[in-house]
Amino acid sequence: MSKKDLGLLILILVVGAVVAIINPRFLLPINLANTSNLIGLFGILAIGQAFVIITGGIELSVGSVVALLGVLFIDFIATRGMAWPVALPLILILGGMIGLAHGWLITRLKLQPFVVTLCGLLIYRGVARFYTADGTAGFAFGQNFPELEFLTAGRSWGVPNSFIALIVIAIVMWVVLHRSVFGRYLYAIGKNEEAAKYSGIRTGRVVMAAYVICGVLTALSAIYFAMYTRSISPASHGQFYELYAIAAAVLGGFSLRGGEGSLIGVILGTVLLQELQNLVNLLGIPSSLNFAVMGGVILIGVLVDQQWGVFRERRLMLEATRKGAAGAAAE
Amino acid sequence: MWHEHDPEPKVRISEKWEPVFAGDHAQTRAHRLLSGMMNYSDASIGASTIAPFLSLEGVRKTYPGVVALDGFSMEVRPGEVIGLVGENGAGKSTLMKILGGVTTPDTGTITVDGVAHDGLTVEASIGSGIAFVHQELNLFENLDVAANIFFGREPLRAGPLKLVDRARLRALAAPLLKRVGANFSTDTPVSALSLAQQQMVEIAKALSIEARLVILDEPTSSLPLAETDKLLDVIKALKAEGISVIFISHRLHEVERVADRVVVLRDGMLAGTLPKSAINHDQMVKLMIGRMLKEREKAAESARPPGTVALSAKAIRTNAYPDRPVDLGVRHGEILGLAGLVGSGRTELARVLFGIEKSLGGALQLDGKDLVLGSAADAVANGIFLVPEDRKLTGILLDLSIAQNISLPNLPAHARRSLVSVRAEAATAEKQKSNLGIKAPSVATRTGTLSGGNQQKVVLAKWLAMNPKVMILDEPTRGIDIGAKAEIYGLMRALADAGVGVLMISSDMEEVIGVSDRIAVMHEGQISGILDKEQFSQENVLLLAVGKQPK
Repeated sequence: MSKKDLGLLILILVVGAVVAIINPRFLLPINLANTSNLIGLFGILAIGQAFVIITGGIELSVGSVVALLGVLFIDFIATRGMAWPVALPLILILGGMIGLAHGWLITRLKLQPFVVTLCGLLIYRGVARFYTADGTAGFAFGQNFPELEFLTAGRSWGVPNSFIALIVIAIVMWVVLHRSVFGRYLYAIGKNEEAAKYSGIRTGRVVMAAYVICGVLTALSAIYFAMYTRSISPASHGQFYELYAIAAAVLGGFSLRGGEGSLIGVILGTVLLQELQNLVNLLGIPSSLNFAVMGGVILIGVLVDQQWGVFRERRLMLEATRKGAAGAAAE
Repeated sequence: MWHEHDPEPKVRISEKWEPVFAGDHAQTRAHRLLSGMMNYSDASIGASTIAPFLSLEGVRKTYPGVVALDGFSMEVRPGEVIGLVGENGAGKSTLMKILGGVTTPDTGTITVDGVAHDGLTVEASIGSGIAFVHQELNLFENLDVAANIFFGREPLRAGPLKLVDRARLRALAAPLLKRVGANFSTDTPVSALSLAQQQMVEIAKALSIEARLVILDEPTSSLPLAETDKLLDVIKALKAEGISVIFISHRLHEVERVADRVVVLRDGMLAGTLPKSAINHDQMVKLMIGRMLKEREKAAESARPPGTVALSAKAIRTNAYPDRPVDLGVRHGEILGLAGLVGSGRTELARVLFGIEKSLGGALQLDGKDLVLGSAADAVANGIFLVPEDRKLTGILLDLSIAQNISLPNLPAHARRSLVSVRAEAATAEKQKSNLGIKAPSVATRTGTLSGGNQQKVVLAKWLAMNPKVMILDEPTRGIDIGAKAEIYGLMRALADAGVGVLMISSDMEEVIGVSDRIAVMHEGQISGILDKEQFSQENVLLLAVGKQPK
C-alpha cells in the first residue's frame, strides 16, 4: 500500500468516525450492508475504468452501457425466457465487444478516446431507450431466479455477495495490474506510449485489451445493477455512472494523463464516494446537495494531493542544494 | 513576384562557381585563395564610408566544461548578406543566442548602431531591429497571413471591447507581403501555404518590426529546390532595401549564390572570413574542417573482416522523400556510418528499418530473406534494434527504474506464467549495469535521475540483454560527455566484432570518420555515395552530403 493509499484509508476512517459519532445509525448492520453493496456495484465499474485511465484514455459510455446491457439482460431472462447461465456470459461478451470496438476505433483509426466514448454514451443510451420503446424493463410479478438473485443481491454471512464479488475481482485485477507482464505494459504505455512502442511493445493491442477489460467489467456490473434495481427505465438508469467511476479513480490517485494509480487506490476511492453519499443521507443534508458534496470533496482531495506534491518537491530541492553547498564547501 | 526574367539568372551564378576538382590545379587555386583570404582584413573595408550596423568584438561564451565561443569578432554592415557556416557544434547557435539576447557573453562587446553593450536582452535585440527566421517556423497555422504578421500587435478599433480592426490589419500587411514578393493574399490561411511561402510570412513579420538585420537559420534545409530559389530572391530583395542578412546554411552552394561575405566558425572561433571574390565551396569546406583529423578512436580498428549482408533496404521509400528510393545494406561485423545533413532522410530510413514507420514501397531483407515489418515489435522479434535519436522521448521511460527499462522489450522472458519476476529482472539489469558501467546507486533507480550518458547506456543495455542481429543507432552520442562517448564507441565496436551489423547515423563528422568501417552519405533522401575506408575524409563526406562527387 502506497502512502497515497494509506492517506486515503485514514481519511475514510476519520470521516466514518465523525459520521458515526454524529449519527450512530451509520454503524447499523443494515446501513453497512447497504453501503457495501453499493461499493461492490460501483467498485466493479471503477476497476474497469481504471484500466482505461491507466493507458491515458477515458471511457465515458459506462453509464449508457449499464443501461443498455441491463435492459438486454432483463429482457433476455424475463421476457425471452433465456436461461440466466446463458444470458450472463452473453452479456459479458457483448460488453467485451463494445470495449473492443472502442479500442479498435482509438488505436487503429486514431480517434480520441474522449470522442469515441462520448459518441458511445449517446448511442447506447439511445439504443436502450429504443429497445424498450422508452418503457421500463422489469420482471413480471412472481418471476424468480433464486440462484441468480442469491449471487447478485444475496448475502453470505451478512455480507452482500456483490461486495464479495468486488473483493474477488479486485484481487484478480490487482495481480493483473501490479504483477503481470500485461500490467507492466499498461503502465509503460500510460507513461510514454512512444517509448513503449520503440521498445517493441504492440501498444495498440495492449490498449485495446484495456478497453475490452473495461467493457467486460462494465457488463458484469450492469447485471448487478439490473438485479439490484430489478426494473430499469432506460432513460435514466445508470446516468452519470461513468463520472462516479472516473471520480473514484481520480480520488484513488490516478492521473488522467495515464501511467499512475493503484488498484487499492481506486477501491478506496469508491469506498470514500459511497461513504459521502451515505453521509449526506445520515446527516440530514438535503439530498439535492449530493453531487455538490461529492464534487467539493474530490476537488479538495486533488488540491491537497497536488499541493503536497509541490511542497515535497520543494523540500527535496532545498535539501539537495544544501547538500550540494555543503559538498562544495568540503572540497 | 518571381520574375521570369530575373536580372541575375541563377544558372549563370551556379555555373560561375562550378568547382574545379582536378587535383593539383584545384589545390594551387585553393592555396592562392586561402592566402588571399589571410591577407584580407576587415580594416580594408573599414575604410568604406558605411558604418557597421552591428559589430561583435572579442566575444567569449563558456558553458560548464565547454568553450562555445572564443574571441569571436565580426561586423555586419547595412545591406550586406553574410553567409555563416560551420559544422554542428562550431558555435553558430551560441552566436545566434547572443544576438537574440537569449544569453549574454562572458566577455566581449556587442556594438549596435555605435552603442556598445556587454550583452543584449531579448527586448534590446528586438528593439534594435534584429529579427530571426528559424528553421522551425513559429507561425499559427490556423490563422491567416495578416493575423500572423501582426500577432500580439493587432491594430484595434476604438472602444472598450478591443476588437481587431481587420481592414486595417490587412492594409498594413499587404505592403509587407509585396516587399517580400509574395504571390498570396493577406487573408490566406497559413496552413494553405508552402514552406517557402511560410518563410516569407516570417520575413514579412520581421519587416513589420522594421528589422534592420534578418537572421535566417537554416531556412532552406526543409525546402525543395524550386522553393529555395524563391527564398534566395527574397534575400536579394532585402539587401536591395538596405537590410542586412545573416544566412546560416549547410547548403554551401546557396551560400555561394547569395553571400557578400562568408564567416566561417570552427570550434567556437573565427576560422576565417571570405570576401565575395573568394567565396567558393572548397574554400568554405577547408575552413570549416581546418585541421588535420584527430587521432582516430580505438573503435576504428575492426577485429574481423565484414561478413555477409545482414539487413538491406531495396528501393525503400520514406515519408520524407516519397519519390526517392533508397538502397542500402549493412553487413555483419561492420559499423556502417550513415552521414548526411539534418533532414536528408536518415532518421526516416532508420524508422522504416525498425518498423515504426511504414515504407511507401520497396522491400527489406534480413540475411537474404524477405522481411515484412508491421511494427517495431516485428523488428525486435527479428533482432533488429534501434537506439533512437530522441533518448528522453522514445529511448527510455524516464519514470521507470533502470531494471524496468532494461527488461521492457523482453518482459515475457522475465516472467513466469505471465507474472513478472522482479528477481529475474533485477539479475539481468545488474549484469548489464556492471557490463556497461552504468553509474547509478542501484538498478531500482529512476532512469530520469541519470546523466545523459548513463541514460544512453540504459537504452543500449535493454538491447544488449537480448540478441541483436542488427543494431541501428541514431545520433548515439548526442549530448553525451567525452568519456561516455568513448565507452559507447567501444560497445559499438564490440557488437560489430561479435558479428552484429551496426548502422550508425551521426552528424558528428569526426565520429563518422573515426568509428565507421564504411560511410554511406545521404543527400535529399538518397544515398549519394558510399565511401570505403581509404576514401574517408571530412571533405568527401561533406561533398557527398551536399550532393557533389567525392574526390
